[in-house]
Amino acid sequence: MQRVLPGPGSLRRVRYGLADAAVILGALVLLAVIARVGSESFVSFSPPQVVPSVSLDPHRLPEYAARSTLRMFIALAASFLFTFAYGYAAARNRYAERVLIPLLDILQSVPVLGFLSITITGFIALFHGSLLGLEAAAIFAIFTSQVWNMTFSFYQSLRTLPQDLVEATAAYGLSPWERFIRLEVPAGAIGLIWNAMMSFGGGWFFLAASEAISVLNHNYTLPGIGSFVQQAVTARDMPALGWAILTMAITIVLVDQLFWRPLVAWTDKFRLEQSASADSPRSWVYDLLRRSRVQRGIARLTQPGGDALSRVLARVSTVRPRSGDRRRDAHLADRLFDVVLLLVVVGLIVWQGRSIVGSVGVGEVWHVLLLGLATLARVVVLLIFATLVWTPIGVAIGLSPTLTRRAQPVAMFLASFPANFIFPFATLAFITLHVPINVGCILLMALGAQWYILFNTIAGAASIPTELREMADDVGLHGWQRWRRLIIPAIFSSAVTGGITASGGAWNASIVSEIVSWGTTTLTATGLGAYIAEATTKGDWPRITLGVSIMSLYVVGINRVFWRRLYKLAETRYHL
Amino acid sequence: MSEALITVENVFKRFPLPEGKGEFTVLDDVDVTVHRGEVVALLGRSGSGKSTLLRIMAGLIPPSGGDVRNGTTPLSGPNPDVGMVFQSFALLPWLTVIENVELGLEARGVGRTERTKRALRAIDLVGLDGFETAYPRELSGGMKQRVGFARALVVEPKVLFLDEPFSALDVLTAENLRGEIDDLWNAGTFPAQAILIVTHNIEEAVFLADRVVVLGANPGRVRGEVVVDLPRPHNRTSPHFKELVDRLYEVMTNPSLDMTRAWQPVVADEPAPALRSPYARPLPHVRVGTISGLLELLVESGEGEHEVARLADRLALPIDDLLAILDATVMLGFAVVRDGDVRVTDVGRDFATTTILRSKDLFRHQVLEHAPIVATIAKTLTEKENRTMRGDFFLDLLDEYYPADEARRQFQTAVEWGRYAELFEYDAEDDRLSGSDTLVAAQVAQAATPS
Repeated sequence: MQRVLPGPGSLRRVRYGLADAAVILGALVLLAVIARVGSESFVSFSPPQVVPSVSLDPHRLPEYAARSTLRMFIALAASFLFTFAYGYAAARNRYAERVLIPLLDILQSVPVLGFLSITITGFIALFHGSLLGLEAAAIFAIFTSQVWNMTFSFYQSLRTLPQDLVEATAAYGLSPWERFIRLEVPAGAIGLIWNAMMSFGGGWFFLAASEAISVLNHNYTLPGIGSFVQQAVTARDMPALGWAILTMAITIVLVDQLFWRPLVAWTDKFRLEQSASADSPRSWVYDLLRRSRVQRGIARLTQPGGDALSRVLARVSTVRPRSGDRRRDAHLADRLFDVVLLLVVVGLIVWQGRSIVGSVGVGEVWHVLLLGLATLARVVVLLIFATLVWTPIGVAIGLSPTLTRRAQPVAMFLASFPANFIFPFATLAFITLHVPINVGCILLMALGAQWYILFNTIAGAASIPTELREMADDVGLHGWQRWRRLIIPAIFSSAVTGGITASGGAWNASIVSEIVSWGTTTLTATGLGAYIAEATTKGDWPRITLGVSIMSLYVVGINRVFWRRLYKLAETRYHL
Repeated sequence: MSEALITVENVFKRFPLPEGKGEFTVLDDVDVTVHRGEVVALLGRSGSGKSTLLRIMAGLIPPSGGDVRNGTTPLSGPNPDVGMVFQSFALLPWLTVIENVELGLEARGVGRTERTKRALRAIDLVGLDGFETAYPRELSGGMKQRVGFARALVVEPKVLFLDEPFSALDVLTAENLRGEIDDLWNAGTFPAQAILIVTHNIEEAVFLADRVVVLGANPGRVRGEVVVDLPRPHNRTSPHFKELVDRLYEVMTNPSLDMTRAWQPVVADEPAPALRSPYARPLPHVRVGTISGLLELLVESGEGEHEVARLADRLALPIDDLLAILDATVMLGFAVVRDGDVRVTDVGRDFATTTILRSKDLFRHQVLEHAPIVATIAKTLTEKENRTMRGDFFLDLLDEYYPADEARRQFQTAVEWGRYAELFEYDAEDDRLSGSDTLVAAQVAQAATPS
């Protein structure tokens, strides 16, 4: 069982120093510009004439679920294309790498719903008021929740291609296209598919939040299961909510069994070690397809077309002769690049920063920073509790192979199921029991995030070598000593991975957890998430940009100061 | 007879086969006792359950049946009077040498100063003085295993259990460490009262042990015992040492030899007992290329018989691998093993010296006659109209006789032999076996000749 990877590449890179910081700030500025442009174009245009409504009739749920799933898959396809292009560019070109990888770092830290807030009006404007604009915005939001992990994974696999295979493809004169298809994609396939599966699961959460969104005090809803839930919440329709949850569960299981499992089973053949793996992933759908003649029939039909296409592509992408090493000039060029980048970014920051601070005031910036601290406190509390509660459970499961086998699909289901479908029940409970939302929203954030800790702890415990456990038995290590000497160090790096993923999930969830409503009652907590959500509803572009930027900076900052250090510790000291 | 420290009596160990296909017996009615003051070696090939037996005796896994006793008290849970040394060292990578050694003492609640004192003494004993604060990744294999020994000895166990302790080390380091342990034992102040060592290295067993318990495979059981009545330290050049080693080679190369009979040269070509099913006769997991290689080597070395013991030395192969290769060669009728000597048959000589094409013909003939699994697969393919069959079908049949992993390995070996013999082809993507043209011709020829 593999670990959920949140893009540990972002924590393990070589320091780029100045250029690094420049890119991060530059990206935020770019977002500000986009928001600006979007807001301006929005002012001068009218919202779509026919805004689709969502019916609360449970019989329409399968249709809504299908539409939502379609959006997810369109986003997935876009993610794959983006991954190949971006990862390839970053891995091949030194200068592209210096910009693209820090960029990935910050993009990964921007809350997904922040992206949505910023781009929704832009998309609506782009599609001139048709429904397509809303769809595009929703799909884009889901895309941003899926793509960064996949890109990192592909980039990493490109950088760690086995040297002998690379030499073989060069020696036999393979064109870049052929090399891409025959070596680079297969080499990255397993990690890519695994990351895609994990991110896809996480995407359901954002789907629900992006199908019904309030901008400038208008409510836009796309027909889908997420907006169904929102409608049910506004109408206080509990049975409808129940049906929606059931439908969502069935959809997740179906997609997993019919799409992901066969895909994972198929990519096992791209395993790079020469010997077969001991426990290869099984999928009944995959076995069924293999046994049927259908698949072979299709392959035979498409073969001539596929062959022709390959030949054309191979001829088009010629092999460029290698230019000589220009080491001497490299340092100078790098320095120049850094300086130029820095100048551009500083210019942009000054321009945008002045306008934003001008419209909201410096005091507002401090206010937002404090709100960020409040949300940070919640994330910390969440992490501490989740670790204390789920780590022992995860270890207990992981140490038993039968339990692990049974628990894995359950844990994956829990991690995929959009927790915000459950929020209405919790909100109702908060209202009835008079639980202050400032504390209650921690529970809401946890509902989505804590499963990653469980998931990764199980994986970590399952990979403790049997011999070490036997040795601990033989030597008589029990209780706290066993935990201190064997278990905690052994699962440390898995726990860190789980922690980072949970932390990221918690920040993202804060935007929909710190403001919740049931019917006409709305509970608002003091925090950065609520700030961003409120600003989005009002359409207050400077505040949206400010809020999103500050949240991103918090996430990136904590990543570097805290998580990166822990990761280093895991790699050096607690490496098995 | 000195005090019995650890006893197992009538011990069984069975694992359930998946999908309710019954049980797989790893150990069958085993009796072993370790007495104070002796070194016992458990010798056996892989599959003889010797590691399982060791773990049952250490209390790390429970038996399916029978008694396990620590002295006179029945054992329930890990035996606190046993210190175990593991094949791949089992050191905690995040602890220093001294912290690793202190582990057992810490678990027993020994105070800090006392712990450190005893640990330093144990580290000194195994010759690692000066490395107390090193981490395992800074140490060589031999040094890591010394830490393993120190950790086991610091608690002064009644019995020291060694699970193939030198097999992960290179030959010279292993030799060095083995000698030092032997010296320590012979000096009479060894921190443990007895040693139980599991090994598949015959020379090592005779060198270190007072008696060698030989385990058979499929299922694991005690075949018999060879007492090493040599003065300590055991001199490897003495004729009696060589006699004992030869005796053990003879026993190991002939699994059906009855050890309880008096020691005399026994003719080893008794026919295998009639089997219920062709799938019940396992194929040794050896590649055809390896069989060819061995035969060529034997043919080049001259006519007549070659001692298996010398062969093992020459090829520097682990005994398990060599015995498997010999099994395969004998099974296919290319060689004969008797009294610990191997002789190439006429067919074998022919196979080793002729052209590739003709050697394939010979191989095909031998395989169809002597390897039931492959022959049955070939036969089943001819009976189908399109001469293809899913691999899963045969795997299910093999599952009835072997645990899942072993069934898969049997299938893979059968496929390799069948492919070499050009009897069938296998598409791993589709999991499909297809009979070749030569198959049909071979079947016709086989049917014509009286078997």
